[in-house]
Amino acid sequence: MAEALLSVRGIHTYYGDSYVLQGLSLEQRAGTIVAILGRNGMGKTTLIRSVAGLTPPREGEIHFKGASLRGRPPYAIAQSGIALVPQGRRIFRSLSVRENLLLPTSGLARPGKGRWNLRAVLDEFPQLEERIAHMGGSLSGGEQQMLAVGRALMSNPDLILMDEPSEGLAPKLVKHVGEIMKSMRDHGHAVLLVEQNFALAMSVADYIYVVSAGRFVFEGTPQQLEREPEILDQHLGVARAH
Amino acid sequence: MLTSAILQAINGVSLAALLFLLASGFTLSFGLMRVVNMAHGAYYLLGGYIGLSVAQKTGSFALAIVAGGAAIAVLGYFIDHFLIRRTGENHLAQVLLTVGVAFVLGDVALAIWGGDNLMVPAPKFLKGSVVLPGDVYYPMYRLVMIFFGVFVGVVLWLLYKKTQIGAVVRAGVDDREQVNATGINVDLLFVMVSALASFLAGMAGVVGGAFLTLYPGAEWEILVYALVVVIVGGLGSLGGAMIGALVVGLLDAYGRWLLPEFSYFVLFGPIALLMLFRPRGLFGKEH
Repeated sequence: MAEALLSVRGIHTYYGDSYVLQGLSLEQRAGTIVAILGRNGMGKTTLIRSVAGLTPPREGEIHFKGASLRGRPPYAIAQSGIALVPQGRRIFRSLSVRENLLLPTSGLARPGKGRWNLRAVLDEFPQLEERIAHMGGSLSGGEQQMLAVGRALMSNPDLILMDEPSEGLAPKLVKHVGEIMKSMRDHGHAVLLVEQNFALAMSVADYIYVVSAGRFVFEGTPQQLEREPEILDQHLGVARAH
Repeated sequence: MLTSAILQAINGVSLAALLFLLASGFTLSFGLMRVVNMAHGAYYLLGGYIGLSVAQKTGSFALAIVAGGAAIAVLGYFIDHFLIRRTGENHLAQVLLTVGVAFVLGDVALAIWGGDNLMVPAPKFLKGSVVLPGDVYYPMYRLVMIFFGVFVGVVLWLLYKKTQIGAVVRAGVDDREQVNATGINVDLLFVMVSALASFLAGMAGVVGGAFLTLYPGAEWEILVYALVVVIVGGLGSLGGAMIGALVVGLLDAYGRWLLPEFSYFVLFGPIALLMLFRPRGLFGKEH
């Protein structure tokens, strides 16, 4: 098997005093979409935050491109090629769309080299070009999501972490988000997706992990997951209804 | 009467220019780093004294301004890095710590420069009066200071609104964590903004020391005014600091002129009312 791009080995992460991730391991190869499914409060966001270095694990190791991320601050992890599309988008409200997009390319950020620059991102998301001078805070939910993805792309990352990108979006936009992720994969970016939206995850992911109470209770392809009615009912029951 | 009113308006605006120099740094460092630094007044006084010594040694006022600012930028870095950093986000601890730092700095200044009123010597061409339209005589220095305040304000505004580093700072005010996750070393950014804030405070001390004079206790007087400026304008807002400085400068000037017995009330009364109805200030964001 090829060397994994991202390798999470037995991490235990606490959020404040609560013991959230209780020994998670996962592997992701370059250019693939891996989805983490699970109900609310099961540790999905904490997993993303552990990888990004925002809530570092107390135990266990995370390796990215063969190097350990232990002890590295979030900005150094980002500079090594991991971009975050956070839950709730977290667009910089008092920056224009252009400034939001250019932020990861500022001299302080040491962006990676690659195909993405302002022109390429605006070609990918023409709607953003129409709003280029608007403030981030004035965008609609769908536009903010595009901006958040565009901002992540600007650093030409190897891996994009996406935390609940479908949250608060109309069904049509959710579909669009799925297409965006597939297009990212076609461009060679790996996507680590955390979702409650079952249909979205199933339609884009190459490999799926199901998390429950801080542990993985399933891993396999979407086809394998379809054949596990117990997992589906017990750990995703409510979420499937979406 | 009319002449006096005009005179007081210019007085108010020139005080506003000085207060803006001090308050702009204070408000930026609070907006970005959530640090309440009560030593800002002491930075002002110490910067003024250092500028005074440099001006006496070299005879150059410009050099005094730069030296006062630079010395405080360095001092501010060490206080930030070794002391304030340890308080995290605990504002009460920050206030106690920085008030303590201010007392220490004040005492050090007293030991070096003594307790007399000292005046930073302004250059010759800034001494004397100008005749304004309407036969109003006004000190040249205070008039030039208004232009200096406006100049610094414009430079800061352009830096903040039009440059990439300014955009990074604004993003940091919005959402520090996400800036960090975008690959930007927020700590390094903090050091830069904090150095700028300290520089502005030290520079303000030299500029202010040439007309308000320097003396023990001046640090607390100016700090109260600067605090009012940032609270009126809204913590973290550069535009707010400009407007706040004008409000405070004008209220102070007219208060001293029209109701000298109640001049503090004229200043703080309206501000107490503002706080009742708009606690985050004129331009502050909700946190």
